[in-house]
Amino acid sequence: METGLLLQYLVAGLTYGTIYAVVGVGFNIIYNTTGIINFAQGEFVMLGGMSAVTLHAFLPLPLAIAGAVLLTMLVGVLVELLFIRWLGRPTVLRMIIITIGVSILIREAALVGWGESVRALPYFTGDEVSSLSLGGVHVSPQVLWSLATCLFIVAFLWVFFQRTPVGRQMRACASNREAAALCGVPVKNLVTLSFALSAGIGALAGCVVSPITYTSYGVGGGLAIKGFTVAILGGLGNSTAAVAAGFVVGVLEAFSVSLLPAAYKDAISVAILLAILFVRPSGLFGSAELARLEARG
Amino acid sequence: MNPIKLAAAALALAASFQASAAEVEPLRVGALLAVTGPAAFLGAPEARTLEMLVEALNAKGGVGGRKVELLVKDTGGSPEKAISFAKQLIEEHGVFAIIGPATSGESIAVKQIAQEAKTLLLSCAAAEVITTPVLPYVFKVAPKDSYAAEMIFRQMQKMGVKRVGLLSSNTGFGKAGKEQVEKLAPAHGIEIAASEVYDKAATDLTAEVTKLKAAGVQAILNWSIEPAQAIVIKNARQIGLTVPIFQSHGFANVQYAKAAGAAGEGVMFPASRVVVAETLAAADRQRPVVQAYKQAYEARYKEDVSTFGGHAHDALGILVRAVGEAGLDREKVRKAIEGMQGYVGTAGVFNFSPTDHNGLAIDAFEMLTVKDGKFVQLGR
Repeated sequence: METGLLLQYLVAGLTYGTIYAVVGVGFNIIYNTTGIINFAQGEFVMLGGMSAVTLHAFLPLPLAIAGAVLLTMLVGVLVELLFIRWLGRPTVLRMIIITIGVSILIREAALVGWGESVRALPYFTGDEVSSLSLGGVHVSPQVLWSLATCLFIVAFLWVFFQRTPVGRQMRACASNREAAALCGVPVKNLVTLSFALSAGIGALAGCVVSPITYTSYGVGGGLAIKGFTVAILGGLGNSTAAVAAGFVVGVLEAFSVSLLPAAYKDAISVAILLAILFVRPSGLFGSAELARLEARG
Repeated sequence: MNPIKLAAAALALAASFQASAAEVEPLRVGALLAVTGPAAFLGAPEARTLEMLVEALNAKGGVGGRKVELLVKDTGGSPEKAISFAKQLIEEHGVFAIIGPATSGESIAVKQIAQEAKTLLLSCAAAEVITTPVLPYVFKVAPKDSYAAEMIFRQMQKMGVKRVGLLSSNTGFGKAGKEQVEKLAPAHGIEIAASEVYDKAATDLTAEVTKLKAAGVQAILNWSIEPAQAIVIKNARQIGLTVPIFQSHGFANVQYAKAAGAAGEGVMFPASRVVVAETLAAADRQRPVVQAYKQAYEARYKEDVSTFGGHAHDALGILVRAVGEAGLDREKVRKAIEGMQGYVGTAGVFNFSPTDHNGLAIDAFEMLTVKDGKFVQLGR
């Protein structure tokens, strides 16, 4: 295969990868503080994109995006307050069913509010046809925007978790909830914060990718599955690993299209997931030792 | 007057009331439409169209003094739900006729049920197998896939295109279209140099169009009904693939042209004339029909008219005309539709016969293109 074409597939892979990665990161934040998988994560992405499009009718683009992120964070907080907070010690199964229920609720509400039509924000720079030529490879500026956003989110989360007191408290929650509570960490409020944070990140991702992928009331489900795959693949709870796993899956999917019929694209990512989980049950970047300890504990 | 005579008079009066009530038995019409779900942009405008037209019809006194009763069932695009709702409409509500379903898969699933119950079915879907072979009680008002493919190939021949890259989605519509395209291409001297099937929920198709670029195609033909058809166009232009892009009649919702933005300019596709109502020539037979429908629909629902809502318009119109001629006798109404000639609808001019339960010819389609974010007739 000639180099130009090879790089073009690589760029396609990076585009898919960014989308998967950002959704995967959202899963991780909530998993870290609560130990649950929030299956409504895809709906946060949808809400971000859809409300930004609505707000953009009155507001300039940056304000519309900021407004959409805040609105979605509010929804995240409400979800936690209404459905999660008052549960004492829910089982994993119960939490899964609750979050799936919440995702259906949000989706149907979006259908009633926005209807079934497909929307998108305008391209941040240039338009639908503009592309930058980098050494024979064509890249839409929006792909660079979403890559930059993805990197920004990862950097932000790193600083937040490593360098701020609240971030440290959240990490304390993640490693041992009871011990953290005994040390005076307000666990319940941190769970609310984690919902707000992952809703906000999902919404931001939803805004940045909407010119590329479009958004409609029903996109959340598909995104959640891909994001979940990536979160598991990277090792649950590790955001940087989720981003790396996102790129791995995206690039492999893109190259699979060059060799196999495109219909197998989704089968490829699931096959990779299964193969890696057989060899490394703790995920690509997870610590096998830790997984064993957790399983025992 | 003695009490017995009074009672007899009252009975006679009641009987006469009943008789007059029987005379104006309403026309019960069921509709099986995907109002929500992945095919919602077909079913939702169809349901809205029926609601609007039935209201207008009843305000004018109904069909020959008969009120029209409309029962819409939302199938969500699922053939299983379509089957159970079809049975419910027939057995529980005793509907006279059913309009829909909106998609080919659902229509194929319910056609035998309607036939066995001798309930007219006026499908709004495209696949040819709905009315081939002909079932006496099953009709369809959407034009055929093969005509759409034929129109596209004629345009390609005019432009000297020989090598085509075909993309289609993994839905009933995508599969049926792919079969027709592959069957008809050789006869037009066109080679399908690459053919890719993608998932209906695909959000980026850069890798697929890169593959077409590598195959050195002279044009892209995409066959789907999902938002992916706008994504294909953008991705092709973004990787610098500048060949002409053709779409199926599934593109006939101006939403998609708007979604593709600048990349959508110049995309060519076959569609019925309802989406270019304003620009039709004054002599066009369909002009008054499509303009009236477009104005009423857009004024009421504040959204662009699509060919799909038009199918519901035609199905109801054909049914109402046949009932107006033949009354509420199923066999007579069925015969009236089979014999109907020159019915001018939004999809074209319908000429039914006992062997043709679709009634549309290839001239129901017109090649359209996108210019400044709007649909216009190609070459005008």
